[in-house]
Amino acid sequence: MQLTVWTYEGPPHVGAMRVATGMERLHYVLHAPQGDTYADLLFTMIERRNQRPPVTYTTFQARDLGQDTAELFRHTAIEAYERFKPQALLVGSSCTAELIQDDPGGLSQTLGLPVPAIPLELPSYSRKENWGASETFYQLVRSLAGNAEARPADEAGSRRPRCNLLGPTALGFRHRDDIQEITQLLGSLGIDVHVTAPMGSTPADIARLGEADFNVVLYPEIAQTAAKWLERTFKQPYTRVIPIGVGATREFIQEVAGIAQVDPGPALENAQSRLPWYSRSVDSNYLTGKRVFIFGDATHAVAAARVATEEFGFKVVGLGTYSREFAREVREAAKLYDVTPLITDDYLEVEAQVAELQPELVLGTQMERHISKRLGVGCAVISAPVHVQDFPARYAPQMGFGGANVLFDTWVHPLMMGLEEHLLGMFREDFEFHAEAAPSHLGGTGTTERRVAAAPAEVQPEAVTTDAVPEPAQDGEPVWSADAEKELRKIPFFVRGKARRNTERFAKEKGLHEISIDTLYDAKAHFGR
Amino acid sequence: MTVPVQPSSSAGPEKTVDFNIIRERGPHAVFCGLTSIIWLHRKIQDAFFLVVGSRTCAHLMQSAAGVMIFAEPRFGTALIEERDLAGLADANEELDRVVARLLERRPDIRMLFLVGSCPSEVIKLDLERAASRLSQQHMPQVRVLNYTGSGIETTFTQGEDTCLAALVPELPRETDADPASLLVVGSLADIVEDQFTRLFAEMGIHDVRYLPARRSDQLPAVGPNTRYILAQPFLNEAARALEGLGATRLSAPFPLGVEGTTGWLRAAADAFGVDPALFDKVTAPGIERARRGLSHIAEELKGKRIFLFPDSQLEIPLARFLHREAGMELVEVGTPYLHRQHLAEELAMLPKDTCLSEGQHLDKQLDRCREAHPDVVVCGLGLANPLEAEGMTTKWSIELVFTPIQGYDQAADLAELFARPLMRRAKLRV
Repeated sequence: MQLTVWTYEGPPHVGAMRVATGMERLHYVLHAPQGDTYADLLFTMIERRNQRPPVTYTTFQARDLGQDTAELFRHTAIEAYERFKPQALLVGSSCTAELIQDDPGGLSQTLGLPVPAIPLELPSYSRKENWGASETFYQLVRSLAGNAEARPADEAGSRRPRCNLLGPTALGFRHRDDIQEITQLLGSLGIDVHVTAPMGSTPADIARLGEADFNVVLYPEIAQTAAKWLERTFKQPYTRVIPIGVGATREFIQEVAGIAQVDPGPALENAQSRLPWYSRSVDSNYLTGKRVFIFGDATHAVAAARVATEEFGFKVVGLGTYSREFAREVREAAKLYDVTPLITDDYLEVEAQVAELQPELVLGTQMERHISKRLGVGCAVISAPVHVQDFPARYAPQMGFGGANVLFDTWVHPLMMGLEEHLLGMFREDFEFHAEAAPSHLGGTGTTERRVAAAPAEVQPEAVTTDAVPEPAQDGEPVWSADAEKELRKIPFFVRGKARRNTERFAKEKGLHEISIDTLYDAKAHFGR
Repeated sequence: MTVPVQPSSSAGPEKTVDFNIIRERGPHAVFCGLTSIIWLHRKIQDAFFLVVGSRTCAHLMQSAAGVMIFAEPRFGTALIEERDLAGLADANEELDRVVARLLERRPDIRMLFLVGSCPSEVIKLDLERAASRLSQQHMPQVRVLNYTGSGIETTFTQGEDTCLAALVPELPRETDADPASLLVVGSLADIVEDQFTRLFAEMGIHDVRYLPARRSDQLPAVGPNTRYILAQPFLNEAARALEGLGATRLSAPFPLGVEGTTGWLRAAADAFGVDPALFDKVTAPGIERARRGLSHIAEELKGKRIFLFPDSQLEIPLARFLHREAGMELVEVGTPYLHRQHLAEELAMLPKDTCLSEGQHLDKQLDRCREAHPDVVVCGLGLANPLEAEGMTTKWSIELVFTPIQGYDQAADLAELFARPLMRRAKLRV
């Protein structure tokens, strides 16, 4: 068993639901106990969809377990087909149904339906949401996209090049606007989008995927498996660059232009991102070297690390992902920034690492917001899992040049603004603007939650008091003298945790038992900022 | 409309014979009992709820509560993994390890609930024994209890029922020698609890206790002289457990609206021999205020047709209130489960031609709803936006569990919850 406070991904059948709900004319019959319909709310509330997801649940109860739950499934599936008349049916189990082993896949072959029934084998106790979405999309493509012989005679040359956009689903982080941004970008290169899938497509559209010249993979976590199959089957190359950030978007344009054999020049010249100028303007000077911790799905985490380093001038001090399937990509990226990659789906491990590294900004998921609140660090969201506020009404892509503008505003917002940061470094005893106060542009007048500059295991929060007492020595741990502790409090909170750690490390290396004011400044000189 | 409510002792199924009750089986859109953790973790402030289940359970919890940012989460999941299913890991040892890690991280926890889920029940994990074993390990620091919140056993608010039933054996005991006390059962908003305490005190009933209590070290004592009154309609198991300890139930309607609140208070007052004149004097200001508050809103609701999908078992008391005090017409009143004895007083107040439904076949019920095209539909959040998009006005039902709605001074707030979507629809011009 694993103690889970927050989970980064849902179970794999939620991934299957994301594919089904993103599509049209497709229905999903899910063998699941009463209560698993909570997943409808992800789509109707968090994503604010105006239709019920195309999912029919068997919703068995305890009293059904003594009877024929397999018959219940058959009956539900037939009823769902009769009512909704989809072009294709997905059938599968949730985690509880997996335990009672009714084999929906086998049963669906005996229903005698006039449309394809695609069985999904999604192991709930070893796999998770993105894998479930990826597997579902792959099975759909395999079952419906036919084979190379079915491809119409190539009329390339007589028309504009065209590609499929693969990967966007329902409940995807900013998928709605990323599609729009990338479709426009491709259009400016003279490339048409043939089918966007799963989002917005029907089973009939999936059958036409092979007619495109190549594939654009926007979200490898969901579309890479299907793209590889399409490459083998239809010889369609697929893109590897994820266009998040100005630099990556430029590379993406080069890559796509190379595949489609078009001129990238005009699209590159018309790059309409404000990020480069905003980042170069003197107001952004104070962003240099800000220590940032990054966590999310592999695609967004790797992209964010590059943007943070090359386009914001931040220093990446931690990089990790919960996408085990893409651990290699994150390990490669971590080498670039000389940090130890964190590959885990354990929220408590991530929390411990953030506490250890003491960053000034966390770029993560909804779950890192909890961690940041506890530790009193600014936080911006770069990746799913997200909640309702990250499905905004306004146009808010992450990808392309428009996405870069959004990134700039979003990531800088939680940081203390430059002037305020300077004045805090100068004057610390103001009744309104003091070291423990939240950044004033965030609207808080009081103090933030207690700022724990300690590991979660440590019970004693830092007392916000001026007459600090030295903490008792734990075996071999250096003790802070009262003066040094007081001096430490004069350092603004966003770098105080780091200063505390560095000083303790320095004292230990020097074999000191007590930390004095001099030790604090010696350590500062030793480590630099 | 001041019909004095006579508590009837012979309440039984025969009282509901004349109702047309639709009983359907099929797909249903309801929450499982795990969802009750969303409000119980706030009610009992030093408790932690550890679900023993799958990633689906963990995902449900955070999808519901994760929009709030928790510096200190008060619930979590012990995720069952493949190793546990294959018998490679001893489930009990695993659970002990997880609990030890949790308590080490959160030394402030005083009560730990191991909450059973569908997966833990299908594989027959004995959480009851695990709870008593862990209790022995962690007492006196932490008490470990167990209840089920699984979807196969419980629907939404029934999770509170099973939780309270698990608390009952932990309650301090009283004997015949102890004076009579009043126990109010069911989670109420703090402000409502305080209002009731004041009203009872004015009637001379000073020893009023509440289950659940706000902290785990303040559990109410129970004995043969305990008179308990249900503040919520979904407390079947908890009631049975209390009767097992000798407590007696006071039959009453539920304290929603003027009539419900008066009937509910009267049941307690009668049991404690409060003089009727004093009762009237104490309740008069509340009744007058509630009527005044309702008069503003009733206009908005009068004659409007309402359809309630099953969700929390609050539907029948709500329908009674909306019909009798706000003048609404009842198209269909759905409930996940109908406890005839606990609801006898409520059913007696409903019009005899009310269409009740117990259980659900979602698609057929939606067909009926579309056909009737009611003015207001009370339903869960999985249906609300899709029905709004079809042009219906909805009131999402979960809010009724998360809002102070009981008592005189909340009667207008309760009506306003139903009027608000109608007023909003009338306001919006885009």
